[in-house]
Amino acid sequence: MTQGEAGLGALSAVSAFVFVFVAAKAADGAFAFHAALFAVFSLWACFAIFNRYFSRAAALPPQEINGRPNYNFGPIKFSAAIAMFWGIAGFLVGLIIALQLAFPVLNFDLPWISFGRLRPLHTSAVIFAFGGNVLIASSFYVVQKSCRVRLAGDLAPWFVVLGYNFFILIAGTGYLLGVTQGKEYAEPEWYADLWLTVVWVVYLLVFLITVIKRKEPHIFVANWFFLAFIVTIAVLHLGNNPGLPVSLLGSKSYIAWGGVQDAMFQWWYGHNAVGFFLTAGFLAIMYYFVPKRADRPIYSYRLSIIHFWALIFLYIWAGPHHLHYTALPDWAQTLGMTFSIMLWMPSWGGMINGLLTLSGAWDKLRTDPVLRMLVVSVAFYGMSTFEGPMMSIKVVNSLSHYTDWTIGHVHSGALGWVGFVSFGALYCLVPWLWNKKQLYSLKLVNWHFWISTLGIVLYISAMWVSGIMQGLMWRAYTALGFLEYSFIETVEAMHPFYVTRALGGALFLIGSLIMAYNLWMTVRVGEEEVASPVALQPAE
Amino acid sequence: MSFWTRHQVFEKNSIILVVGILVMIAFGGLVEITPLFYLKSTIEKVDGMRPYTPLELAGRNIYVREGCYLCHSQMVRPLRDEVERYGHYSLAAESMYDHPFQWGSKRTGPDLARVGGKYSDEWHVTHLKNPRAIVPQSIMPGYPFLAKTELDAEAVAAHLRTSRTVGVPYSDDQIANAAADLKAQADPDNAGADAFAKRYPKAVVRNFDNNGGNPTEMDALVAYLQMLGTLVDFKLYNEKANLR
Repeated sequence: MTQGEAGLGALSAVSAFVFVFVAAKAADGAFAFHAALFAVFSLWACFAIFNRYFSRAAALPPQEINGRPNYNFGPIKFSAAIAMFWGIAGFLVGLIIALQLAFPVLNFDLPWISFGRLRPLHTSAVIFAFGGNVLIASSFYVVQKSCRVRLAGDLAPWFVVLGYNFFILIAGTGYLLGVTQGKEYAEPEWYADLWLTVVWVVYLLVFLITVIKRKEPHIFVANWFFLAFIVTIAVLHLGNNPGLPVSLLGSKSYIAWGGVQDAMFQWWYGHNAVGFFLTAGFLAIMYYFVPKRADRPIYSYRLSIIHFWALIFLYIWAGPHHLHYTALPDWAQTLGMTFSIMLWMPSWGGMINGLLTLSGAWDKLRTDPVLRMLVVSVAFYGMSTFEGPMMSIKVVNSLSHYTDWTIGHVHSGALGWVGFVSFGALYCLVPWLWNKKQLYSLKLVNWHFWISTLGIVLYISAMWVSGIMQGLMWRAYTALGFLEYSFIETVEAMHPFYVTRALGGALFLIGSLIMAYNLWMTVRVGEEEVASPVALQPAE
Repeated sequence: MSFWTRHQVFEKNSIILVVGILVMIAFGGLVEITPLFYLKSTIEKVDGMRPYTPLELAGRNIYVREGCYLCHSQMVRPLRDEVERYGHYSLAAESMYDHPFQWGSKRTGPDLARVGGKYSDEWHVTHLKNPRAIVPQSIMPGYPFLAKTELDAEAVAAHLRTSRTVGVPYSDDQIANAAADLKAQADPDNAGADAFAKRYPKAVVRNFDNNGGNPTEMDALVAYLQMLGTLVDFKLYNEKANLR
């Protein structure tokens, strides 16, 4: 038995006991439920560790077989599969809350499924559950392949993927039970935050140690972006979330920061969750999967250097553009706006680098719908990274802020960029991981692509129109100098656009169901890839 | 040695790369956040701000729990139409005791920063139970369960104590009498109503849900909504002294 197996096995046995007592003593029902979940998870982990020990061979899997790295794909397969599950769940909850806004009777006057509780469930499910698992899967794949070594750690990679998904479970069930910190995109309460911190540190260690023991002299570009993503998310998480629980046996806590400082911390965090989770991490995916799928080198290595450092330096300043014209001091707002506008350049640097990687391979867009999905995602990235700086200009923001325009902007990035680049990556990864020659059906990928694209177009155009319309209605004056519309008149005017938006969301969900079927069939009936007997020359 | 060759130090040393990333992301946060803790002009000098009463704090926690901030902002911007629609623009001082802040980012419903005193208690209770009973076109969810859920008065003292640790200036007296104050504020006939009024000057004592018995979540939420934006008297507020 290895030290890791003995230590982690014993630790989970002890924590199972502790959490049974915590559950019994808990101050509120939600906390008791979560403590019970922790106990079950610990007990299961303990069982799984010992079960694995008794069924595995005496020696751990070797680092290399016949001079070639023995890649560790198990945790990646799990993460890729569960990403698809969370994606569908998150899109479905999105559709439900879109329908609630169009038809409020769908809230059913019940606490657990009212809009205010389901909305964080939707955002967390798509960003952290779907996006997070895609990032963990692809980062563990890319770092092994581009460093030509087996993933560091034996149990650690499993701890990361299982622990992360357990965090999702705690966070998601908490929202339904009304457990929240009340900070957007950072809703999980103190104990979930602590657990995520542990998981994230192990994630960083697994990734970093794999990079350190690499067989290639250079660290591949995608790994810079993954590192920036992992390190910065850790910093943001720790900065935004310090709080004091009312009781160590209860779920409620009070955030250490208050008022204007809390607002600044929140949007420093919130905007860089976009910048480093939804951008840097997925740019790493772009830097590996687009060249790989197009079979072309990255357009410009130097551009990737410039755009990497500029992007991470500038992004961190952009948070205050979420607080224009608020009680945040003007100097901070102006700084935020200035850096947001500058951010346009490195963003487009990344887009150009991604798109021009296709030089000489543009014809593949006609024949390969997976590559088309990846390329269109980069185009959406370009579009929303132009729209973002524009909306961060104070005058524009005075119209767009608080309206659905923001929601439209977020979704052009989330569905178009993050969604499509994730789908593209999963379409590539699944045949590679399960050792299949190709996908079950490219035709279905094509259907997925067009249905989802249509859904996105409906979604974002509906939100543009409704957002700008509502902004203009709020500030409209009559000839006599009175406000022209009451608030409720603007709400009424949104109805047709809310219906259109729900329709767009439904199409996007249908697309993802087609994808899930396609991937499932690829794993089940796809033709096995026969490994080539010739050892390849390592890259210089 | 060219710039591109020098850059190899990052490409070949993972620890140096991590340090480089940390240095690059440190600037923005440090420059934008730290001054907010020491620049005196960040929070205006106003009269009238006080910590939430136990009942209001309980109401605020319900506001947070139900995710009201996802559709309602509490931040009036200094724009002509907003000031006319909602009232004086919001000051940083008005949310200085808010852990967490609830400025919000979306107005699916109207801003609530100054909703206090605009409608009657009865309006709020009816509206929270069934928004469409009062505003037929409303798309807000109904919260009838609030009126049926009683508050746990004994638990509230711990909330005040925790709030004090993170910086809200509750007195020992206020913490010791938290449970009694919570009950007194929702019941004008309560023997402790006078003592409550001394501890929280100008706070309103009313039976907010117009129902006897122990205070409910409806009492708490309505008490919170009815005090929003009412603490600072803008007839006395010196705008020029607080220019920044």
